Amino acid sequence: MTVSVAASTPASALGTVRSGLGRMGTTGVVYLALVGIVAAGTAVAALNGQNLLATANLVDTLTRSSLLGFIAVGQTLVILCRSLDLSVGYVVALSSVVAATTMAGDPARIWLGVVAVLAVSALIGLVNGLVITKLRVNAFIATLGMGLVIKGYLDTLYQGPAGEVPVAFQVFGYTRVGVLPLSTAVLIVVAVLAIVFLRATRTGYHMYAVGGDAEVARMSGIRVDRPVITAHVLCSVAAGVAGLLIAARFGTGSSLVYGSGYELESIAAVVLGGTYLLGGRGGVAGTVAGVLILAVLDTLFNVVGVDPFFKDVLRGVIVITAVAIYARRGGGTAHPPRFSRGAHQRPPAPDAPPGTGAGPAAEHRPDTTRPARDPTATAKDHADPAGRGGRT
Amino acid sequence: MTRAPQHPTRRPGAGRIARSAVTRLLGGGSTTVFALLIVIFVGIFTMNPAFAQPPSMLAFAKQAAPLVVLAVGQYFVIVSGELDLSVGSLVGAQVVIAAALIDGAESRTVPVLLLMVAFGVLVGLVNGLVTTVLRVPSIITTLGTMLVLYGAIRLWTGGAPTGALSEAFRRAGRGGIEGVPVVGQLPWAVLIAAAIAAAAVALMRAPYGRVLMATGDNDTAATYSGARVWRVRTTAFVLSSLLATVAGILIGGFAGVTAQVGEGLEFMAITAVVLGGVVLGGGHGAVIAAVGGALAMEALFTLFIQFDLPATIQPTVQGLIIIAAVAYAARRRSTHPS
Repeated sequence: MTVSVAASTPASALGTVRSGLGRMGTTGVVYLALVGIVAAGTAVAALNGQNLLATANLVDTLTRSSLLGFIAVGQTLVILCRSLDLSVGYVVALSSVVAATTMAGDPARIWLGVVAVLAVSALIGLVNGLVITKLRVNAFIATLGMGLVIKGYLDTLYQGPAGEVPVAFQVFGYTRVGVLPLSTAVLIVVAVLAIVFLRATRTGYHMYAVGGDAEVARMSGIRVDRPVITAHVLCSVAAGVAGLLIAARFGTGSSLVYGSGYELESIAAVVLGGTYLLGGRGGVAGTVAGVLILAVLDTLFNVVGVDPFFKDVLRGVIVITAVAIYARRGGGTAHPPRFSRGAHQRPPAPDAPPGTGAGPAAEHRPDTTRPARDPTATAKDHADPAGRGGRT
Repeated sequence: MTRAPQHPTRRPGAGRIARSAVTRLLGGGSTTVFALLIVIFVGIFTMNPAFAQPPSMLAFAKQAAPLVVLAVGQYFVIVSGELDLSVGSLVGAQVVIAAALIDGAESRTVPVLLLMVAFGVLVGLVNGLVTTVLRVPSIITTLGTMLVLYGAIRLWTGGAPTGALSEAFRRAGRGGIEGVPVVGQLPWAVLIAAAIAAAAVALMRAPYGRVLMATGDNDTAATYSGARVWRVRTTAFVLSSLLATVAGILIGGFAGVTAQVGEGLEFMAITAVVLGGVVLGGGHGAVIAAVGGALAMEALFTLFIQFDLPATIQPTVQGLIIIAAVAYAARRRSTHPS
């Protein structure tokens, strides 16, 4: 079992070199892009008589990145499992309310508030994971539905700010050491923990395996539901931490932050960081760079005084462009519909326009990342008629 | 699988027919959504018998028309194995464009309508080509388009929509054929939505529809069978954007211009399609079931109003119902692969 598991993970000895190049390559490119954007941004800011690297701007950038960072790190785990979490924005809002109402301005209840937030968000993640794996509801619908459920709860019970966060806890939002805000330091710790988790634990390996190909993972003896459920629990807890941060910054619970679109922004940050939207490839390090890129751009726009609406336009263009570039670099693996699980999975298809052809795409695909491609295809060809209603 | 089971070749007995009818109704497929629709309507009529009057029903249909149109558009994209998150933003963009360019002048109605259609085609082409040729997953492509449209429109209008729609423009969403016996006014919106639904059914039976379905089912096989997958999918995106334009015209006429118009409609449309038993990932489901899903969603909101539930609790119930509906359909897929 261990052997086959190892063989179906990107970090296998078999393809360490190539997959290492492939994976690190993308992460490398993301960090390169980050450096490039910082350099270009500094130049642009300098032309406007501003200094992007001034302490205030650095603090601003890092503060911005920490909130989205927590959510995006969690989202990375979920996406690696070929799942998706659209409920994180609502979990953030709910967590801020739970934190503020539980703490109720009493410093002695801070730990109680933190525990309550972690418990509530873990429970939400558990429900998400169970609905997706046991009830076989696809992740898009399950987490969208969960988001709506939380939205209804918040809208009904909390119309405005709720609760009060004691000053002692607000240090989480405002303290900084040098240019490094405390929240960013916590984010770094969380990100490092996530990287270690993915690289050094069995469940972390299983996440790559399940995301790469659930059917092969299952045939290799992995209980495919467990990594998915774990990823959803961790993702929700990460969103819960982001909610704590919001509560600490605002000093109160704000139920309306779900309107900020964190779920889609976090997905954008994850794919910007080079993680493959269809699972099995990528990592947290890239995501952190993706979050930083978005934060640097935001700060730059603020410094230069770009119209806030223009930010949305640029952000959309940047995300599309980045993913298009990765699609090219990553061997142009054609994307199968991502919203399928179990019997509906199918091998990536050469839906390239005529002329490009399927050949190059197939050759370029880093076969090390999905070593068991062929058996899968065969298994699916056999499985399809049965699963598709063809058994007549 | 989500389609109704084929009739057995031998002559079926009465019991068999009854059983097959029950299977169809409860199977989580296309027919189930209409069963659900009937149940919801029975609920509404029980709460409020006056709702069964033809004018009330038509008012309901008129209100549901934009969502039906959007659901049909989203259906084409979903059944081809993709997803279109940009429709909500596009509806908003089209309404704002119409208001700003028409600016109350009747004479500009037709040119602006043509421009809106062209804009819709352009957005669909961008979505489709970026997804198929540049191989960006459609959820990211259309998320990007959504952001771009959202930002660009507000950038252009300076944050708040300006101008006004003309009377002629608003007729599609508000007006209708007057003096029809029994029902009074027959709204244009209902006629437009019905025509679009009928055309969609015809299109899905035409060669294009078959290829679209095959592409969503297995694009490798479709490619090997000679289908130009990229063209088929791009056309689906263009259809979706065009229908979002139509929905924008209806919503603009019905509700007027606000900054929030169109918000969240993409998820409403996706929910409606999925409620109709159409599988995300493509290749399964009937377009008429997507229409049924849209009607069921609207009926559900009407039912909430009848129950005097606070409007704020609606999302909760909506969320639970989507999860339940999809879990129900998935349960059948996994246990009886027939």
